[in-house]
Amino acid sequence: MSGRRVIIDTGNSAVAYAVKDAEVKVIAAYPITPQTTIVEKIAQFIEYGQMDAKMIRVESEHSAMAAIIGSEAMGVRSFTATSSHGLALMHEMLWYASNARLPVVMAVANRTMGPPWNIWADWGDAMADRDIGWIMSWAANNQEVYDFTLISYRVAEDKRIVLPAMVNLEAFVLTHTSMPFEICGEETREYLPEYDPVWKLDPDDPIIMGNLFSPADTMKLRWDMWESMERAKKVIAEAIREYNERFNRNYEGLIKTYKMDDADYAILSMGTIGEEAEVATDVLREEGLKVGTVRINFFRPFPREDIIKTLNGVSKVIIFERSSSIGASGQIMQDLGQSLLLEKMQLDVNDVFIGIGGTDVSYEDIVNVVKKAIKGDLAPLYWYGSEGW
Amino acid sequence: MVTVKDLAKMEDLLLKGNAACAGCPIGVALRTTLKALGRKTIMFVPACCTSVVQGIGPGAAISVPLFNTAFETAASVASGAAAAAEILGKDVTILAWAGDGGTYDIGLQAISGAAERGDNVLYICYNNQMYSNTGIQRSGATPLGAWTTTTWTGKTEHMKDMGMILIAHRVPYVAATSVGYPDDIYEKVKKAKEKKGFRYIDILAPCPPGWRFPSDMTIRLGRLAIETGFWLLYEYEDGELRFNGYTKLVAEGKREFKPVEEFLRLQDRFRHLFEPKRRDDILEEIQRWIKERFEWYLSLAKI
Ligand SMILES: Cc1ncc(C[n+]2csc(CCOP(=O)(O)OP(=O)(O)O)c2C)c(N)n1
Ligand code: SF4
Repeated sequence: MSGRRVIIDTGNSAVAYAVKDAEVKVIAAYPITPQTTIVEKIAQFIEYGQMDAKMIRVESEHSAMAAIIGSEAMGVRSFTATSSHGLALMHEMLWYASNARLPVVMAVANRTMGPPWNIWADWGDAMADRDIGWIMSWAANNQEVYDFTLISYRVAEDKRIVLPAMVNLEAFVLTHTSMPFEICGEETREYLPEYDPVWKLDPDDPIIMGNLFSPADTMKLRWDMWESMERAKKVIAEAIREYNERFNRNYEGLIKTYKMDDADYAILSMGTIGEEAEVATDVLREEGLKVGTVRINFFRPFPREDIIKTLNGVSKVIIFERSSSIGASGQIMQDLGQSLLLEKMQLDVNDVFIGIGGTDVSYEDIVNVVKKAIKGDLAPLYWYGSEGW
Repeated sequence: MVTVKDLAKMEDLLLKGNAACAGCPIGVALRTTLKALGRKTIMFVPACCTSVVQGIGPGAAISVPLFNTAFETAASVASGAAAAAEILGKDVTILAWAGDGGTYDIGLQAISGAAERGDNVLYICYNNQMYSNTGIQRSGATPLGAWTTTTWTGKTEHMKDMGMILIAHRVPYVAATSVGYPDDIYEKVKKAKEKKGFRYIDILAPCPPGWRFPSDMTIRLGRLAIETGFWLLYEYEDGELRFNGYTKLVAEGKREFKPVEEFLRLQDRFRHLFEPKRRDDILEEIQRWIKERFEWYLSLAKI
């Protein structure tokens, strides 16, 4: 076991290192592309004596989530990882994790749901679970994958929160792409204390979790989850600040803004598209267009206040989304919409669907769309490239 | 061997005032199980009658820690808990406690996974042969001919043999017992507790509202099921199958199974087999199935 060092490896390895450094004790998982190498690497760590944990090689994702719910309920820090169809199969158990207030952490390699079979990037798998009470982060590079995993444990287990957390990393673009990132090794201990559960299954202090409750009592429990998730905005910001100080990072908070100070136009996105948008921002700036980028790092809790604050003074927002809520709009658009309404603000918005099904998204694509949007040549809800279909 | 009188003197971990129906077999099965296991037990209960029997929260009528989980996950949550217990070095029995629907049907995959991995879980199915929680629908454990609310004219298939499925997994311990014999339940649970790995016990649980009989006949029906060979008392241990109680006496030629009609006639779920017109075809098929199943077990057993 060693301290901090920079390695060059994939996003999936970044997850595995974070799980090792967080001293997770129970891992249950089932293979699915492109998540597999996370679990393979953790299995290696355990079998070669580099990590002291138990791995349950379950027979399905439903059982993977069920098993870590069981281990976490015993008071043991637990982890799983999955993707697309695996995540969909887990859906029922995601509710058990959040409603039973079990702060497990899961990595989701965002992949397209079939049919047709498609193993490439799409946020739609995780978006289908956004209303369950899980904290959700979206990473844009392997450093963030590693860091967000540790921050997720810290926030999820915080006694003011006690909710599960999902770290999203896009299929292949991150899961299988190598880049340098720094791991914290045993220095993680100082940041992430030993897991001290608020409740656990213990014969010395027996409690019953989840028997029949009245509607009124259940509503109170949901309210408490709501309050915790609201509080998470503050707790995440705190956890990020301390992470920055301890490990020399410079995360801004739940969102990352780029050249927003004097921006007339804002690009709003997440994950790797959000990072690509920063390159597009530079290109557009060279052409004299005052563009800035807002990248959402934490989608749940939705950083409404932060986003509204940074958009103040902007005349137009162009949202880039790698998923759509078919029959409505994009999911980011929906949450921006509620934010604007709640803050009594009006804005000109374009919602652009791009990179769906894993199509590549380059900064040039973003530049083209933003220029059209600024000219007013873009439909409010626009599927990139659809004019040729 | 423990006697029913001994059992009465032991600490009760299923409290009075629980929400079971009158004559509920869970009262007998769970009370006896917890007497055998003691307080160092953690229960995992999927959706089933036991979700209700434990009482309305925040209070509860069960005195050991209990996690209520999703219908198909008794085995898989227990697998995770067993791994955690090992990490923590805790000496506890991880008990998955489920109905036959959660076991024979929707939970089967998770059970098979946990059994194959040898997870350190004691899995007990209290088998009332239908989905009672949702209003008496048929399950894979419902016997041929039985009325349920999804088989109004009687189920057209025989019950699945869950015990044999577990025996095929070669787990350390598989047993079948009946609410008719609390002493047998106690001994089997006690024995299972001392073993490591995945252990399975199937407790036949005659249910008054589901099987349609007066609530003072639960024990009697639990015994008649055995005396007619409709259900067998056995243990599979260290690779060997052995019979117990009345089933053993029959296997040794010291007794004979009574005609199954004696068991069926007392339950209104089979009434349509006797009136308005006697259904000899189905009655004979049930009797034939009993004989054939017992011969199958005999061929595998050590007597
Ligand atoms: C995924 C899912 N499907 C269906 C249900 C509804 N449900 C709850 S309990 C139950 C039947 C339980 O039957 P069994 O396991 O035999 O236990 P019993 O009620 O007889 O005690 C059903 C179908 C559920 N809770 N979850
Ligand atoms: S329906 Fe049957 S098993 Fe369920 S509580 Fe009533 S008697 Fe017990």
